[in-house]
Amino acid sequence: MRELTYREALYEALDQVMKKDERVFVIGEDIGVYGGAFGVTADLQQKYGKERIIDTPISEAGIAGACVGAAITGMRPVGEIMFSDFVVLSMEQLVLQAAKMRFMFGGKAKVPMVLRLPEGSGTGASAQHSGSYENWFVHVPGLKVVMPSTPYDAKGLLLASIEDDNPVIFCEHKLLYKTKGPVPEEMYTIPLGKSNIVREGKDITIVATSVEVMRSLEAADQLAKEGIEVEVIDPRTINPLDMEPITKSAIKTGKVLVVHEAAKTGGFGGELVSRIMESEAFAYLDAPVRRLAGLDTPIPYNRNLEYHTVPQVENIVEEARKIVQGVY
Amino acid sequence: MEKEKLIGGEFKPDEAQHLLYLMVLTRAFEENAEEMYALGKVHGTMHLSIGQEAIAAGASSALTRNDYLLNTHRGHGHFLAWGGDLNHMMAEFLGKETGYCRGRGGSMHIADVESNNLGANGVVAGNLPIAVGVGLSIKIRKTDQVALTLFGDGASNEGAFHESLNMASIWDLPIVYLCENNLYAMSTPFDQAFKIEEISTRASSYGIKGVTIDGNDVFAVHKAVREAAQRARKGDGPTLIEAMTYRWRGHSKSDRQAYRTREEVKEWMEKDPIPRFAAKIGVNDTEMEEIRQQVKQDIQKAVEFAENSPEPDLSTILEGVYA
Ligand SMILES: Cc1ncc(C[n+]2csc(CCOP(=O)(O)OP(=O)(O)O)c2C)c(N)n1
Ligand SMILES: [Mg+2]
Repeated sequence: MRELTYREALYEALDQVMKKDERVFVIGEDIGVYGGAFGVTADLQQKYGKERIIDTPISEAGIAGACVGAAITGMRPVGEIMFSDFVVLSMEQLVLQAAKMRFMFGGKAKVPMVLRLPEGSGTGASAQHSGSYENWFVHVPGLKVVMPSTPYDAKGLLLASIEDDNPVIFCEHKLLYKTKGPVPEEMYTIPLGKSNIVREGKDITIVATSVEVMRSLEAADQLAKEGIEVEVIDPRTINPLDMEPITKSAIKTGKVLVVHEAAKTGGFGGELVSRIMESEAFAYLDAPVRRLAGLDTPIPYNRNLEYHTVPQVENIVEEARKIVQGVY
Repeated sequence: MEKEKLIGGEFKPDEAQHLLYLMVLTRAFEENAEEMYALGKVHGTMHLSIGQEAIAAGASSALTRNDYLLNTHRGHGHFLAWGGDLNHMMAEFLGKETGYCRGRGGSMHIADVESNNLGANGVVAGNLPIAVGVGLSIKIRKTDQVALTLFGDGASNEGAFHESLNMASIWDLPIVYLCENNLYAMSTPFDQAFKIEEISTRASSYGIKGVTIDGNDVFAVHKAVREAAQRARKGDGPTLIEAMTYRWRGHSKSDRQAYRTREEVKEWMEKDPIPRFAAKIGVNDTEMEEIRQQVKQDIQKAVEFAENSPEPDLSTILEGVYA
């Protein structure tokens, strides 16, 4: 299959869906001539015009609100927040409006919108441009939260998110934009709520999200040389969360490590671990289910500190090895 | 009598010389920053104010160091004009322990709270609501300080702009709102984001004074900020100053500048605030060359200082999250 970068896969999804569905438009800051801060919308404005690739003033509350209003009146907007961090300015419209509207209106409205957020550290952009906030949205009933880790998933999940009748927070990772992988040319969707077993193994299960899936796979390669066979699972959507493959895997391996970039305290890992403990897998566990996550600190500017703030391949290798060896 | 001794009615000769030095220094700092970025010595991104140096020189010189500065992402010039030390600034830029923020903040968050420099801000309009709190605190403490708050044309379209100006106006807070209108917010041209001709006209909706000035003229900036600060200190509340200028470089390090023409950039480069100020204060080419040499040496020393400074120790990674 032909290969695309994660960025190109997202671009292609937008391009194909806009060609097919006139209800879809994209709205955000500097997404036209500039092509988006990370280049995802590239030349789409040339193709679809300023009325469907809409450049806004710097107004994140306005962007989110415009998506909500358009969505409840028959459109399928895709909003772009330049850096995930600035979604904090959109929160009222997302949390108090988009998420609750259908419920408050007795199930009679739908809010089919997607808000794309480039998340994550690793670019030297320091504390206000490097956050990972996905779990905030997981805590809000009514929102769905999607976190693609590969170009293939990026395209399929974006198309599924646009097709979905609910508000979807779509978390991309800045370090993934340039990563490459096979992507089918035709349009396809990956259902929201379907975990992906990315690599099979029998000794330990690693459940990872976003950029940490890539790092976990690299760690698994290294551990394989030591004779440790790692199973890597990517939930892909963290709400809805497809637990079945995860509990099954936990039962098989008896050992689970959860890895994400966002700060550990209050992060998604806590939810995942709880669900494992509440499941039938509990009786099969040979070790505490452990988390490897970002340190509880804002992202520092200094390169070395930044690197050590979030889980890297060597941390995953070490942590998984400890769990397998029973020393933690 | 006294007035006649001041150049252009605003500056004593040595003060004017110093401001010129600061402008040349700011430009050299940023040109050097570009070079270091290209060499891979700094990571992340940076926002250069080359072409906009007159605003920093004119504004900071109109206030005392007992006042407050709330800076933006494009704030190297303001940082230096406020009195920032070049060595420790350079060290921050290189992420070193000796930097103003111990290498944690970088150029986008550089601050020196001790000198009432409350920091650059990575969030567009992020400092506008904070200014209200600073103004309020000044009022409650009954000092005669003023808060100089910088922001761009783009920032004027965040909701925070409205809340901040309204609160400051109803409470007559001592805030100088200084909008650096460089005609673009990243790739967004002014006329695509505004239906009005001048941002300063928004002042009327808050019942405060608004002026649009030539932001490439140190004298005009200085005068406007000086007058606004006088009003603020008297208890007459905030002023909205819009300083018209232009950034010569791209928005940040990843900007292809497809949204504007070379001709437009060239046109503005001819309105370079540095030679303009030099001419106005009677500095000739030889003197200018001397300033340049001085600046070059100072930058070199700062780079040496920064490069010889230690990296933050990994064991301190969690320091500073909580007090
Ligand atoms: C809330 C928020 N939204 C978006 C950004 C990304 N961003 C950084 S600077 C900038 C443009 C700011 O334009 P302006 O206020 O005119 O200042 P200038 O860069 O021209 O000095 C944008 C969109 C941000 N930092 N914060
Ligand atoms: Mg601007």
